[in-house]
Amino acid sequence: MARMKFLCDADRCINCNACVTACKNENEVPWGINRRRVVTINDGKPGERSVSMACMHCTDAPCAAVCPVRCIFPTAEGVVLHDKDLCIGCGYCFYACPFGAPQYPQIGNFGSRGKMDKCTFCAGGGGAEESGSAAEYAKYGADRLSQGKLPMCAEMCSTKSLLAGDGDIIAQIYKERVLTRGYGAGAWGWMTAYRESIPS
Amino acid sequence: MSGVARSLGIRHAIPLLAFLATLVFAFPTIAQQSTPNAPIDPDASVVKEETLLREAPRIEGRIDQPDPRASVLMQPAGRQWDYFHEVILHWVGAIVILGMIGLLALAYFVMGRMRISAGRSGRKLVRFNGFERFSHWLTAVSFVLLALTGLNITFGKFLLLPAIGPETFSSFAQGAKYVHNFAGFAFIVGLALIISLWIKDNLPRKVDLDWIQQGGGFIKSKHAPAGRFNAGEKLVFWWALAAGLAVTISGIFLLFPFYWTNIAGMQAAQVVHAVIAVLFVAVILAHIYIGTLGMEGAFEAMATGEVDMNWAKEHHDQWYEAKLRERSAVVSQQAPPTPAG
Repeated sequence: MARMKFLCDADRCINCNACVTACKNENEVPWGINRRRVVTINDGKPGERSVSMACMHCTDAPCAAVCPVRCIFPTAEGVVLHDKDLCIGCGYCFYACPFGAPQYPQIGNFGSRGKMDKCTFCAGGGGAEESGSAAEYAKYGADRLSQGKLPMCAEMCSTKSLLAGDGDIIAQIYKERVLTRGYGAGAWGWMTAYRESIPS
Repeated sequence: MSGVARSLGIRHAIPLLAFLATLVFAFPTIAQQSTPNAPIDPDASVVKEETLLREAPRIEGRIDQPDPRASVLMQPAGRQWDYFHEVILHWVGAIVILGMIGLLALAYFVMGRMRISAGRSGRKLVRFNGFERFSHWLTAVSFVLLALTGLNITFGKFLLLPAIGPETFSSFAQGAKYVHNFAGFAFIVGLALIISLWIKDNLPRKVDLDWIQQGGGFIKSKHAPAGRFNAGEKLVFWWALAAGLAVTISGIFLLFPFYWTNIAGMQAAQVVHAVIAVLFVAVILAHIYIGTLGMEGAFEAMATGEVDMNWAKEHHDQWYEAKLRERSAVVSQQAPPTPAG
């Protein structure tokens, strides 16, 4: 079975934030929640690069390990999903996440958090809701993967910088790109997320 | 002379500048011409991910979203915090707490309950007044709530979740989280009261050395000298003060996430909070044991506020004598002066 991964080719990212917008629109996430974001390294300096980042759906996901109610789990395709009915909003997954992916609507007293929200690889939710149902959509957003479609962010990427799909296939695409154009800064986050890098 | 020199200077300066300009503009052309088909590498000045992570624990950049947390692109330290939380903390916590329970069980079965050697006298001395007991129990009740709900966050998924199922456990853990958040404030108030009430009687004195040299409470045949609080109680007091402050400060950081610190600070606050709390629980287990099962006549000091005179004489001889002097002074003041002859 395919192992789903994200890959951001930083040499192509132009910081247009279309992936962020596409994600927000496709999943209708609430105000203040950004499942995907674009960070610019060395802004205004030589070697400036922008990287689009969301949940990387890690191998041995640290968020799933630290969750005190065990509501985060990987699917057979390696997509890390969670059950919002079980989440208690403790915030531990944010401390463990190497990529700052978990988001929380701030509700209640002090800094207390609501149910965690994060990128689902457009694969719906990890709860009891039926796949593709309105209840699932309201809680987790789109379930594109079960329809054979890839995440909206990568599909919308104007420069095809953001790749999503089977890890082996997107790694192959990236390798070919690097070979053709003669340079490549590497697959950002792959070492931390999947404990592998793409030789370039 | 100077006019000649100036005109000479200008005359030479113009061709010199022209020559320099040729050099400046010509060299890149020469360089390009020497390797006409070399690929342009836009990555030449790009800093690689590995390099950035070698220089700093996090990769941070600029972001349009108005949230400083979001500007951290990557923090591999999350995986280290995961290791602390899932491996180190579980082992340390289990060993420290089960170890303490084991030690206390051993103490109970080897030494047994410490009796009042001279038996009960039936006469009482006031040891803690109502306000002192209120402060103690405010701290104690909130501490037990905090300890149980805190341990649930760390160990609940192994101990409770399989027993009651994910849905029930989640509702329980959610409630426990709120109890933990609110009981923390009661604990802070109780701790502040305890510190201000008892710090004077807990300052170290010479008698504490004697108490330690004579084996404290561990030698049954004799009783080591002590004032209002013995050296063991003082150690618990100062531990409670230090650990209480540590869990309070780290707890406030956790209660108001990212108000004053970044992701590394939040992880550090959680590590401090968890490690100190586990040790705190172990120390308080010993405190509870001595105050209830371990020693006859100790619990009533915090329950009714009064202790038996023989208990006071045996465990707090100096305090007992001071109390008696105080009492006789009060009695002699109150007693009407006996008319002379």
